[in-house]
Parts: sequence; structure tokens; C-alpha cells
Amino acid sequence: MKPAPFSYHRPGSLSEALGLLSDLGADAKPLAGGQSLGPMLNMRLARPAHIVDLNDLLELDYVRRTGDGLEIGGMTRHHRLASAPEVRRTLPLLAEAASTIGHYAIRQRGTLGGSIVHADPAAQLPLVAVVLEAEAVIRSRAGERVAVVADFLQSIMTVDLADGELVTALRFPVPPTGTGWGFELFSRRRGDFAIASAAALIELAPSGAIAALRIAIGGAGAVPVRLDEIEHSAVGEFPDGMWCATVARCIAEAANPEEDPQIPVPFRRELLQTLAERALTAAHSRAAVA
Amino acid sequence: MKETDYKVTLSLIVNGETRNVRVLPQRLLSDVLREDLGLTGTHVGCEHGVCGACTVLVDGAPARSCLTFAVQMEGHEITTVESVARDGELSPLQQALHEEHGLQCGFCTPGIVMTFEAYLKENPTPSTTEIRDVLSGNLCRCTGYQNIVAAILKAAATLREKGVE
Repeated sequence: MKPAPFSYHRPGSLSEALGLLSDLGADAKPLAGGQSLGPMLNMRLARPAHIVDLNDLLELDYVRRTGDGLEIGGMTRHHRLASAPEVRRTLPLLAEAASTIGHYAIRQRGTLGGSIVHADPAAQLPLVAVVLEAEAVIRSRAGERVAVVADFLQSIMTVDLADGELVTALRFPVPPTGTGWGFELFSRRRGDFAIASAAALIELAPSGAIAALRIAIGGAGAVPVRLDEIEHSAVGEFPDGMWCATVARCIAEAANPEEDPQIPVPFRRELLQTLAERALTAAHSRAAVA
Repeated sequence: MKETDYKVTLSLIVNGETRNVRVLPQRLLSDVLREDLGLTGTHVGCEHGVCGACTVLVDGAPARSCLTFAVQMEGHEITTVESVARDGELSPLQQALHEEHGLQCGFCTPGIVMTFEAYLKENPTPSTTEIRDVLSGNLCRCTGYQNIVAAILKAAATLREKGVE
């Protein structure tokens, strides 16, 4: 339970970090909060020759309003996501999801960029980034590119990131005023990895009918699953309790979770149904007519 | 090259004192505290961030010292359980844990003390639900947690009466 040897680098600026990552290539691993990489190093599941520590890059720890969105630096800690007034006010779904990550001490260290790049299928932030239609800002010595998070997440712990590239920020479009939100997850003990999760956003038309629905589920595949067909067919519906229950059943049927000896598929489907229904109900109750 | 050739010399600030160590870059902060600096109050349980026994403060915020490399800590202030009691007098939280029987074997206690020394500064009026949420990051196999929750509530009240320094 001790890490294999590595060389340690502590860049003082982003350009220095990008230079190191470019020079060291596949032998280097960036170290953000270390709450996932740390255990992987301790268990020797990861054995990089070089660690590039990002913790001095204070310029990547920020929450910034940008026109109709919120840009959040990659080194912003979960605790700040959960507690910063600007995030709680404009992206309450993100703040709520961040408040459920791991434990208090873990949230002091873990970062937004780290969680997105780690791409654990059970993690909260990839799920809410997908449902909020966030983009990742990716920098390298060669320049900058922007990727939609839903495309950036490719499979279990696999993302569209080349050697030498670093996720420096996430850009979240702020949902229209009055958008209701719901976030639900289930784990056997508080702070454990979620077995299943659901995030929903509902916009209402003046009639009280659904103008737009966004829903994504976690724990139902290698990456968070956005349910496009269900979203499209929801427009114009009146989201009473019966509707939420029916849609939740459709979501559970549409989900295609992997068999796991400890978590049978029917159990996970039932969890997804319950969580989706709760997320939809919460989103509707928080939505205000435009 | 011999192993010693890879070692780096670090100047760490631990409990307000500057301490110099010479260690390999992969050396965990928990091991440096316990083995190099003799501060064995910080306990090591799971070494992957789950049990919370090794929690210390980094610049005042709780952190798992088993998920932190000592080499990262130059320029940061580390606080361990050894600094919590002042002049032989237990802190209000330590005193409350004693009075409420909030520990039996004591293995998890340093991590709980460090976590809540920080949390009670952030939230001086925690509810039982909030305490249980934060306490979920520290595994205790003796007490069943009830007495720990009672002790934290008591410590919060004491700190409010005294006025937090």
C-alpha cells in the first residue's frame, strides 16, 4: 500500500505545467486533488514515472461568470462547488451534487477537473456536467480546444485527452430562470460510490406544461446516459405524479446496466426507477412557470 | 544510483514548527509524520482515503495524510492532533469526547478530532444531520457513533459559549 517510485514536479504556472506534460508525455500523470489518483498510486494500480503536481496553479481555482454561463477552473475543489454562493445560486444542481461527493475531508481536496478526467462511471460531476451540457476547456502547449463533456467522456475512466493535454476549466451554460432541478443518488453507505444516480432539469411553459426536459442517469453504463427520446417526448406533457412515475418506469426499462455479481440488474433498474422518479418530482416542484 | 540519491530535502511547517526531513518523493505525509517526525498521534488505517484515521489539517482544512505526499507540503501549514491540547489542557472537543465516552479504543479519534476542529470553525451551529454527514468520513468500529455525535454537539455548544478564538 505504498506508491511505486516517481519523480516529482511542482510547476508554478500553467505554462510551466503544460511544458512539463508535453516533454514528459505518456510517462507523466498530472496530480490534482489526489483523492482518486492517491489511492490508485498507493495500490500501485497507477505507476507513472513522473507526477506533475497542479496544486500550485492557483489560477485554475476560480468561479467566473461569463455572459450566459459559469466558467469554473479545473482546480476548484468540491467543497467550493458545494458552498460558493455563485454556484449555489446559478447552478444549484452542481452545488448539490458536489456536496454528496465522498466525505467532508475528501471534498476539501478533490477537484472538478480531476473528477471529469478520472471519469468514474459512478461519479457525480460527470453526470451533472452531461445534463448541464457543460464543455471542457483543454489546454496543451500547442493551444486550446473545447470539447462537449458528453463527447469527452468515452468509457469507464477513459476520456478524449491526449498526452500533454490538461483540462483547465469547465464551462456550464446557466439554465433559464425558473428551471427546476433534481439530483438523487443511492449508495449503501454515505460517501460510498453511488450504485445509481439521476439528474433532471425541467423548464415549464406558461401553461404549466413541460417546455424542456433534460435527464441523465449514472450507474447504467460506462458513462452517464442522457435519455434523448424520453426528453423529446416529454415536451407538452403536464408533469403530475402519475407522469413522473410513468416516465421513471420508461427510464428504468430503457437503461441497460451491466451485470454485477453484487448488484443484480433488476436491483439496479429498480434503483434507477425510484431515483429518476424522485429527481423528476423534485425538478417539477422547483420549476417556476416562465 | 542508490535509493538515497533520489531523496529530496524538505522543509515542512508542522504544528507551527519548521521541520526538515530527507525523504523519497513518493513518501506519504502520514509516514513522514509518524516515522520521520515521531508524531504518532496521526493514525494510519486503510491508506486509501476511506477510514479517515490519518486526517490532518493542511492550511486549516482537513485532508487525508495518506493521500498526500510530504513533498507536496512545502509552503503549507500542517496541523496534527498533537497540537490540539494546549498546555496540557484538552480542547473543548477532546474534553467532550472524554466526558461523553466518544471513544473506546481511540484509533479513529485523532482523525475525528482534526476533522471537527476544522468543521466547527466553519459551522459553529451544526445540526445532528450535518454532524453525521461530516462524521461519515471517519470510521469508528467501537462506539456506534452515538456518543461521538453527542460529544460534538456538546463541544459546539462549549465553543459558542467561550467564543471561538
